[in-house]
Amino acid sequence: MQTATQPTAHHPESSHHPAHHTEEDAGGFWSRYFFSTDHKIIGMQYGLTALTFLLFGFFLMVIMRWQIAHPNEPVPVIGPLLASLLGSGAAHGSISADLYNSFGAMHGTIMVFLAIVPLAFGAFGNYLVPLQIGAPDMAFPRINMASYQVYLLGGVIMFVSFFIPGGAAQAGWTSYPPLSLTIPTDGQTFWLIAMVFLITSSLLGAVNFIATVIQLRAPGMTWGRLPFFVWAQFVTGFLLLLAFPPLEAAGVMQLMDKVAHTSFFLPTGLAVEGRLAQVSGGGSPLLWQHLFWFLAHPEVYVLILPAMGIVAEIIANNTRKPLWGYRSLVGATLSIGFLSFIVWAHHMYMTGMGTKISSFFQITTMIISIPSVIILTCLLVSLWGGSIRFNTPMLFAMAFLPMFGIGGLTGLPLGLSYADLHLHDTYYVIAHFHYVVAPGTIFALFAGLYYWYPKYTGRIMNEFWGKIHFWGSLIFMNLIFQPMFAQGMAGMLRRMADGGANYSQARVPEAIGGLSHSMMGLHTYILWAAFSLGLVQIPFIINFFWSICHGRPAGSDNPWAATTLEWQTPTPPPHGNFTSAPRVFRGPYEYSVPGHAADFTPQNQPD
Amino acid sequence: MDIPYTVEARPDTGLYNAKVGIWLFLASEVMLFGALFSAYILLRVGATGDLWPHGWLNIPIGTFNTLVLITSSITTVMAWASLKMNQFGRFKFFHACTILLSLAFVCVKSYEYHDKFTHYEIHLTDGRIADGHLVKSTPEQVIIHGRFVEDRKELFDLRAQGASHTHEEITLPRAQIKTMENYGPWHHTYLAVYFTLTGLHALHVIGGALVIGFLWGPGSKLWRQDPDRFTNRVEISGLFWHFVDLVWIFLFPVLYLL
Repeated sequence: MQTATQPTAHHPESSHHPAHHTEEDAGGFWSRYFFSTDHKIIGMQYGLTALTFLLFGFFLMVIMRWQIAHPNEPVPVIGPLLASLLGSGAAHGSISADLYNSFGAMHGTIMVFLAIVPLAFGAFGNYLVPLQIGAPDMAFPRINMASYQVYLLGGVIMFVSFFIPGGAAQAGWTSYPPLSLTIPTDGQTFWLIAMVFLITSSLLGAVNFIATVIQLRAPGMTWGRLPFFVWAQFVTGFLLLLAFPPLEAAGVMQLMDKVAHTSFFLPTGLAVEGRLAQVSGGGSPLLWQHLFWFLAHPEVYVLILPAMGIVAEIIANNTRKPLWGYRSLVGATLSIGFLSFIVWAHHMYMTGMGTKISSFFQITTMIISIPSVIILTCLLVSLWGGSIRFNTPMLFAMAFLPMFGIGGLTGLPLGLSYADLHLHDTYYVIAHFHYVVAPGTIFALFAGLYYWYPKYTGRIMNEFWGKIHFWGSLIFMNLIFQPMFAQGMAGMLRRMADGGANYSQARVPEAIGGLSHSMMGLHTYILWAAFSLGLVQIPFIINFFWSICHGRPAGSDNPWAATTLEWQTPTPPPHGNFTSAPRVFRGPYEYSVPGHAADFTPQNQPD
Repeated sequence: MDIPYTVEARPDTGLYNAKVGIWLFLASEVMLFGALFSAYILLRVGATGDLWPHGWLNIPIGTFNTLVLITSSITTVMAWASLKMNQFGRFKFFHACTILLSLAFVCVKSYEYHDKFTHYEIHLTDGRIADGHLVKSTPEQVIIHGRFVEDRKELFDLRAQGASHTHEEITLPRAQIKTMENYGPWHHTYLAVYFTLTGLHALHVIGGALVIGFLWGPGSKLWRQDPDRFTNRVEISGLFWHFVDLVWIFLFPVLYLL
C-alpha cells in the first residue's frame, strides 16, 4: 500500500497486484463475479442491477406519460412490442386502464425498492463503507452475498409478474387493501412474495452494515472521525433494520389474506362488485396503512440520507475546505433517524383520524423538517468561501441542494392536515416527492457514480458528456415536475389512466372546477420533457461503459486529492482492500489546513 | 488482511462481530413480532365484543408446550456452559435434549393445528348450526362428533361451559348442509392471528432447530480446530433460541389465556 505521505504514486495498470489473488479470485467467472464475498464486487452487482431497474422503471414512466397525454392512443414505436408481450392489456399497442395501473404500481415499487435503495445503500454503501472506515471487508461477507442474491430473486419475481395472466400488481406501490386484495390478478401475490424477499435482503444488509461500522473501524477511526457518508449509511442501516420488519409482518398478513383467505385487512360487510364478499371479516384496512407507512416514512429517509452522505463527501472535496458543521450534520442525521419513526400517519390525514392524533403527527412532521434544514444549511454554507472545482460530480452535488430544497419545502403544506385535504392524492404530491427523489437523490447518485468511478476503474468519465448529461437532466427534470405542482393545485388527481380527461372542462364545460384546457395541455409538455430526459441519459450510459476502457486514466490512486481512506488504497482495491492495516490520525475533512504543505491531509497520514 | 474480531472481542465494544450481528437481528425480530402483536391488539380492540372467541385453544396442551420450550432454553444454556467448561460430551447431551424438545414442541403444535383443521362449523338448512370434529365424510353424509347450537354466538365462549355441554356423534345428510367450514385461518380473524403468529413462530423454531442440529452434528467438527469459534457459534444460536422462546412466552397468554 502506498503511504499517505506519497499520495499520488500508483498508476492503475501498475496497481494490479498479482500477489493479492486469493483462492476466490482464482475460482473462475461464477465464483468471482456471482458468488463473490468481496464487498466491492457485491457493491457493483448491486449497482449494475439497480441501474438496470432504474432504466426499466424510467421506461414504464415514459409509456405512462404517453398514455396520460394521449389516452388510449397506440404507443408509438414500441406499441406492437407491448401488445405481443403483454397481451390483451396492451391490445393494438394502446395501454388499457388496468395495464396503466400495473405500470403505476410497478414504477413506484421498482424505483423505490429495486432501484434507489439498492443503489444508494446496497451499491454505494457496500463499496464505500468498509473502505472509508479502513476495514478489509464487511463483518459478514457471506451474509452480504446472500443479501444481494435474495434481492436479485425478489427483483426477478417482481419482473416476472408482468407476464402472468392478469398482469402485475395494480393497487399502487402502497398496495392498500381491500383494493389490492380484490383485483383479480395473481400479480399482487407475486408482489407480496417479492417484497418479502426484498425486505429480507435489506435486513441482511442492514445487520451487516451496522455491525461493520461498530466493529471494524480501523484503529484511530473514532466515531468523531467517521466520514459523514458513513454516518448517513449507519443511520440508514438502523432505519432499514427497524422499519422494514413491520412491513414484512404486514406483507405476510396480506399474503395470508390473498392466499389463505384470512381477513386481516378485510372488514365485515365488504362488498365486491355489488355483492357481499365471502370473507370472515373483522379485519381493518387502516391496519395495513399504519404498518405500511411505519416503514414507508422512514423509507423516505432511507432514500435521502445516503444521497446527503454522497453530496457531503463531494462538496468537501471540491470546495477544498472542511464541511461546515460536521457535528451538526451528524446530530441532525441521528435526529432524523429517530423522528422518522413517529411521523408516519401524516400520510393518512384523509382517513379521518381525528384532530388530536393529527395534531400529534403535524407537530412531529414540522419538527422533522428542522434537522433536514440543518443538513441542507450545513451543506450550503460549506460552499461559502471555497475555491470550488466545477467538475461533473460537483455540478450534480450542487444541483442536489436546490432540488432537494424544493422537494422538502413543498412537503410542508402536505404535512399540515388542512392543506393536505386539498392536495392529497393530487399531482402536487407526485411533484413533491419526485423532487426529493428524482432530481434530489438520483442527482446525488449520479454525482457519486462520476466521483467514485476512478476508484473502481482507474479512469475518469468524460467531462464534456458528463456536463451534457448534467445540464440536460437538470433542465428536463424541472420541466417534468414543475408543471405538476400547478396541475395538482388545480385539483388534478394522480393515478388516473386518462390523465384527468374525464374531469376536464373539455368534457363537461359547465362543471365547476373542471380541469382547464391549459392544465390538460401541460401533459404534452411533460411527455416531451420526459422523452428528452431519456435522450440525455444516452450520453451517460455510453460514457459509463466506454470510459471503462477508453476514459482518461486517473493518473493516481487519488485523482481528486481526497482525504478519506478509500482513496488511500490501490486502484481498484484488491480483495482485503488495504495492503497493510491502516491507522487513522485525524478527522475526515482536513482540507486547506493552514501550515500544511498540501491542501489536503489524508486521514491515515501521521502527524 | 483478515476480518478482525471474528472470534475475539473488540476491546472498546467488548463484543465479537457475530454477537453484534445477532443482537441487531433480534432487534429487527422484535419489530417483526411487535408489528404482529400490534395487529392483534388493533383487531381485537376493533372486534365486536361477543364475536371474539374465548377458550378455543386447549390450555393444558399450551402449558405443556410452554414448559417444553422453557426447558429447551435451559438445556441450551447448559450446552453452551459445558463448552465453556471444556466438556464436549455434556454439550452433546444437552443439545440433543434441545433438539428433542424442539421436535416435541413442533409435534404438539401440529397436533393442535390438526385439531383445528378437522373442526367444522356446519350451517344447516333449518337454521341450526352443527359444530364438532369430523369423523367421516361421504358424498351422501357428514358425520361429526359435536353438538348443535341455535345461535352462532354460543360457539364463541367455551370457557365456562367447557364440561357442561355434551358431545355426541351427529350424522348430517348433505342435503341439509348449507355451508361447512373448518376452523382454519379463513374461519375467523382470531384464527387468522393464531395461525399466522404461531406459524411464523413455528418456522423460527424449525429454523433454530436446524441450526442447532447442524452445530450438534456435522458443525461440531469445528470444536477440534477452533473451540473458541465453535463456542461462539453455540452462543449465537442459543441467543436466537432464547428469543424464539421469549416470543412464545408472549404468544401463550395472548392466544390461550386472554
